[in-house]
Amino acid sequence: MNTVSVQIIVNGTLYAKEIESRMTLVDFLRDELGLTGTHAGCEHGVCGACSILLNDEPIRSCCIFAVQADGMAVTTVEGLALGRGQLSKIQDAFCEKHALQCGYCTPGMLIACHDLIKHTPHPSAEEVREAISSNICRCTGYQQIVDAVLYATDPKGATHE
Amino acid sequence: MKAAAFDYVRADNLEHALGILDEAGSEAKLIAGGQSLVPMMAMRFARPSLLVDINRLEELKKISQDEHTVRVGACVRQRDIEFNYSLCQTAPLLKKALSWVGHSQTRNRGTIGGSLVYADPSAELPLASLVLGASMHLQSDAAGLREVEAADFFLGPMFTAIAETECLVAIDLPIWHGQHIGSAFTEVSMRRGDFAMASAACQLQTNDDGSLRRISFGVGGVNSTPTVFPQIAQKMIDKPLTPEFAKEVAAEVAKECDPGSDTHASSRFRRSLAGTLLARVMLEALEDSMLNGVSK
Repeated sequence: MNTVSVQIIVNGTLYAKEIESRMTLVDFLRDELGLTGTHAGCEHGVCGACSILLNDEPIRSCCIFAVQADGMAVTTVEGLALGRGQLSKIQDAFCEKHALQCGYCTPGMLIACHDLIKHTPHPSAEEVREAISSNICRCTGYQQIVDAVLYATDPKGATHE
Repeated sequence: MKAAAFDYVRADNLEHALGILDEAGSEAKLIAGGQSLVPMMAMRFARPSLLVDINRLEELKKISQDEHTVRVGACVRQRDIEFNYSLCQTAPLLKKALSWVGHSQTRNRGTIGGSLVYADPSAELPLASLVLGASMHLQSDAAGLREVEAADFFLGPMFTAIAETECLVAIDLPIWHGQHIGSAFTEVSMRRGDFAMASAACQLQTNDDGSLRRISFGVGGVNSTPTVFPQIAQKMIDKPLTPEFAKEVAAEVAKECDPGSDTHASSRFRRSLAGTLLARVMLEALEDSMLNGVSK
């Protein structure tokens, strides 16, 4: 009763599972697949920590049941870099600019920033602030996050490629 | 913070979904984008025993248009409206309102229909639909299709004229024709994308001499539903919209609002804010109308 079968592609790998229909996508990623990079924060769509890409679009994974993502492709923070042990440009910039303290909001911030620079390769500080306004950082380290995105997208900063 | 258990059905088509609703009644709930329903289920404010998923119903995702009306399918994602060039031309207020709806991450899932049927008093799309004079197409297995004007649709906080067995299938938005049409939307909230303490929207058209030919406006977050003021608007026709006149009208509107108090804002502050924002959107819409020599 209340169980469903799902097939979801996560970071390029197809997973087939029997799950409860009430399981949210974030719980599916963490508890079923062990992909604990995605964080569950408020679990009602406010904090943004659980942001992931669903079919390449950023969404809150706490506001969708996993069964609804059946047949779709998910990218989590673990899938942003090209390979194991590597960092994406934006992840590298977060390290360089100390854009995380406790790290709880980081996966969501990375997804938000990743999507921002996909559509706006050279954002202004204001555009970065607008983009991360969807995510809460309780360490209040917003300035360093803005710095990191500007560092990663600086047209003159090709040296840290 | 986990939803109660439920059965899940992915509807194959609208008929299928309506059939299930008809059989299950209040036990069942439709789910589209889920940006209102999933949080409500997580907090157990809602605990349907059967969830009928209408996300994949292509018939609810169409946008069409004739000379007078744009019809938007209820399951069109908010983000898809935001980036629909033709809709931005015919109903620019919708795009302006959408930039205040949640965040890109919620707009990627959230649908226009979902926001309308949940009818949060501070939600942007209900206010925009009222100001534009939209009408809702509701369909059920037993009663077929019926049309309800936005003015008769919103009945209270999270409460609309939709019946348990009905599905909102499409929204009709009248197209304003002619020159010098302008619109504006604004709100104030604790954080960008949060629930508005007060919001205001206006669409207007001016005559060649600058006087008002047509005007519609409303406020949100300050009454149990978003509110429009057709009688007050009617009295403004053929008069020039000066800043003093806008403030005067906004003050009259604010007097008719009866907002509650909470930790973020007192009733008095919200009422004053609604008036300030309304005067602002009127003047912004006027400025917009001057830029839009020809609006189609």
